[in-house]
Amino acid sequence: MTLDSKIPEGPIEKKWDNHRFNLKLVNPANKRKYHIIVVGTGLAGSSAAASLAELGYNITSLCYHESPRRAHSIAAQGGINAPKNYTNDGDSIYRLFYDTVKGGDYRAREANVYRLAQVSGSIIDQCVAQGVPFAREYGGLLDNRSFGGAQVSRTFYARGQTGQQLLLGAYSALCRQINAGTVKFYDRREMLDLVVVDGQARGIIARNLVDGTLEVYPADAVVLATGGYGNTFFLSTMAKASNATAAWRAYKRGAFFANPCFTQIHPTCIPVSGNYQSKLTLMSESLRNDGRIWVPKKKNDTRRAKDIPENERDYYLERLYPSFGNLVPRDVASRRAKEMCDNGYGVGSTGQAVYLDFANAIERNGKEWIKEKYGNLFDIYHEITAEDPYKTPMRIYPAVHYTMGGIWVDYNLMSTVPGLYVLGEANFSDHGANRLGASALMQGLADGYFIIPYTIGDYLASTTFKPVKTDDAAFKDAQADVQKKIEQLISIKGNRTVDDIHRQLGKITWDYVGMARNREGLKRALEEIPKLREEFWQDVKIVGSVESLNNELEKAGRVADFIELGELLAQDALHREESCGGHFREEYQTEEGEAKRDDNNFCNVSAWEFAGEGKKPNLHREQLTFEYVKPSQRSYK
Amino acid sequence: MNFILKAWRQKNGNDKGMFVAYSAHDISPDASFLEMLDVLNDELVKKGEEPIAFDHDCREGICGSCGLMINGRAHGPQRGIATCELRMRSFKDGSSIVVEPWRAAAFPVIKDLVVDRSSFDRIMEAGGFISVKTGGSPDANAIPIPKSISEEAMDAAACIGCGACVAACKNSSAMLFVGAKVSHLALLPQGRSERTERVEHMIAQMDEEGFGGCSNTYACEAECPKEISVVHIARLNREYLRAKLV
Repeated sequence: MTLDSKIPEGPIEKKWDNHRFNLKLVNPANKRKYHIIVVGTGLAGSSAAASLAELGYNITSLCYHESPRRAHSIAAQGGINAPKNYTNDGDSIYRLFYDTVKGGDYRAREANVYRLAQVSGSIIDQCVAQGVPFAREYGGLLDNRSFGGAQVSRTFYARGQTGQQLLLGAYSALCRQINAGTVKFYDRREMLDLVVVDGQARGIIARNLVDGTLEVYPADAVVLATGGYGNTFFLSTMAKASNATAAWRAYKRGAFFANPCFTQIHPTCIPVSGNYQSKLTLMSESLRNDGRIWVPKKKNDTRRAKDIPENERDYYLERLYPSFGNLVPRDVASRRAKEMCDNGYGVGSTGQAVYLDFANAIERNGKEWIKEKYGNLFDIYHEITAEDPYKTPMRIYPAVHYTMGGIWVDYNLMSTVPGLYVLGEANFSDHGANRLGASALMQGLADGYFIIPYTIGDYLASTTFKPVKTDDAAFKDAQADVQKKIEQLISIKGNRTVDDIHRQLGKITWDYVGMARNREGLKRALEEIPKLREEFWQDVKIVGSVESLNNELEKAGRVADFIELGELLAQDALHREESCGGHFREEYQTEEGEAKRDDNNFCNVSAWEFAGEGKKPNLHREQLTFEYVKPSQRSYK
Repeated sequence: MNFILKAWRQKNGNDKGMFVAYSAHDISPDASFLEMLDVLNDELVKKGEEPIAFDHDCREGICGSCGLMINGRAHGPQRGIATCELRMRSFKDGSSIVVEPWRAAAFPVIKDLVVDRSSFDRIMEAGGFISVKTGGSPDANAIPIPKSISEEAMDAAACIGCGACVAACKNSSAMLFVGAKVSHLALLPQGRSERTERVEHMIAQMDEEGFGGCSNTYACEAECPKEISVVHIARLNREYLRAKLV
């Protein structure tokens, strides 16, 4: 099978317009005859379900949470980009496109990124119309700030709760459609399989998490908006329940998984403090606008921060990258922090942290100014660490935060399974090897509000659907498979808890497939992960019954998938013999320690095809071409 | 640190439920309340007992999933935080801690500490939105909104929908939750055109779900993890009165 990205012809600024015109339309009266399932209710899922329902399609929306509003998009702090150029600082669609392609280290599709930049302005308009209370200036107009990796101020924000406000906006649009009867919403349902009939995605199997029933949902198309796989690493900034199960089951039904090794480690998180730790907490990147990152110049310096004089501090990002300073992209900032700590300059009790210091900003603008901008973040930090960041610098360390890889999709956001669409973080499309700050919210909403409503119609209008019933063999078989897997899990009755195994997977992946990777380590991971997988299926212990709310059983199913995905992640990282963005292979670096790409051999997307249990997946490559932004060594100096 | 935990155990909605005492030991003072429960649950699983079920997700105080009644206080003894943000250093070493689910007729217990808060969603579905279709919105800067108004709308919009206000209220009133949404949208010019229907529909749904009325004790404000002010209840009342008069 050759991967066809379906990128439209024509100059880049015309591609989307031309394509929209060429897409087939579904007659308004016929739309209600089509049934679409949208899995997940984060930014991409809620916005897609609401927008498709507004068009007249018959929508089923599900999520494993108790309410759509709990989806993890809610936790995004910093902001959302749009090249409105309200600040008159030289922004444009082209510049956002350029920054995003470059920020992604030339591993994203130009056409997709351009479209993203094009529709991003409409997202802001849409959200304001919904009542999203973005920050404003005294004159009443919208405020913008600059955000990691950008030299213009194009980020719209709602205090440190931008994700929450955008999600509540999309949720309100979804609520309106549920009220209108165009969306049927099911809470506490977890998708456990994709049903493929005659090569088309025709439904899903979901478990009712309250009573354990396996439910069958038939449809004409399925949209996955189920987020990323960061929890493969156990400790991450993801919500505890965030998982890759829906995507992974789709992979096993024929959807290719692209670039799994492109994972993002966010530079500014609260460092790990103990074994009990269940997750890591992000401190928004926006803090880097006013905070200065430093470590002591002396190795293993145990003095308190305030006792280290100015001339004995190394503001290493400002030193290494004079033009971007503390605002270098995430991958660069993370790697440099790790390097400092590995070389003995780390601070705090574990030595696995660097300082993020606001003393200068407080002196310059006053405590109140800082409080207004970052008050809630300072409070979170204080609550967690019992240290007051107004008085002593924050200690930060990188943590897994986002996954750029995901299910392969074409320009229409359709996977390699016809009728299966994948949106938001769950797909691989727009961020290449590294995502810039304030771009995830933009992509999730772009996919849901402004792309899928157009592209799905083309598929529906040009496809013949044979009627399906829930007692068709494909549905029965898929349901039986899921049933069997659940029974198998619960009958193991071993000795190790799910979390215990998950922690071990996290340690393997963080150590060998984390911030810096090398051949030897990756090979080691590829030996250890299959062993862990075996151990899981022999020794996991799940108590409770299948027929009731059983959190351990839910976690076990997800961890089983994370183990398999972790293996693919390591395989992909081993295969990609270059460094780019968040994928840093120690063997491939410049003399200055920057990522060294190999554009001759790896200017492509690696898309993995499931080849059967225990078999090595097949690799397919999609070549990337850059007509507008010519690949160069990224320089933030 | 060591604690005696008296936790509410209830198999399902039909079960009567009861308190069961557990001992949680070697807990780090830096651990969150939910991490303390994780440690205890891990031990229970190892012993072959069912872990204590509780809702949680983001564990940074924004998703609104977690919500425990701790020693009779919604989200525990500290002000302005959700259960997941509460650290064990807030408790005395060796003390007993009573943990219960939210208690309200409109929040039936599903299992142990997990309750069904879908009544909140149904209130939102009844009118917690501005009727705007995707596409066709005017430029975001077309309507200037004074910063003070926008900030006040944001104060209200910060509600995480956890239900602490209901749990803290002796009447199980949802007025702070409903007030926050009505107030957020009524303050903004975009939300004005539907203000009448919105408040009427949301209040009607709130009553239908079985939430009680407000008798001005302000317990909701005191326990709200986002410190949402009762000023929004006052605005809700004004909006409702206005809707009935026009």
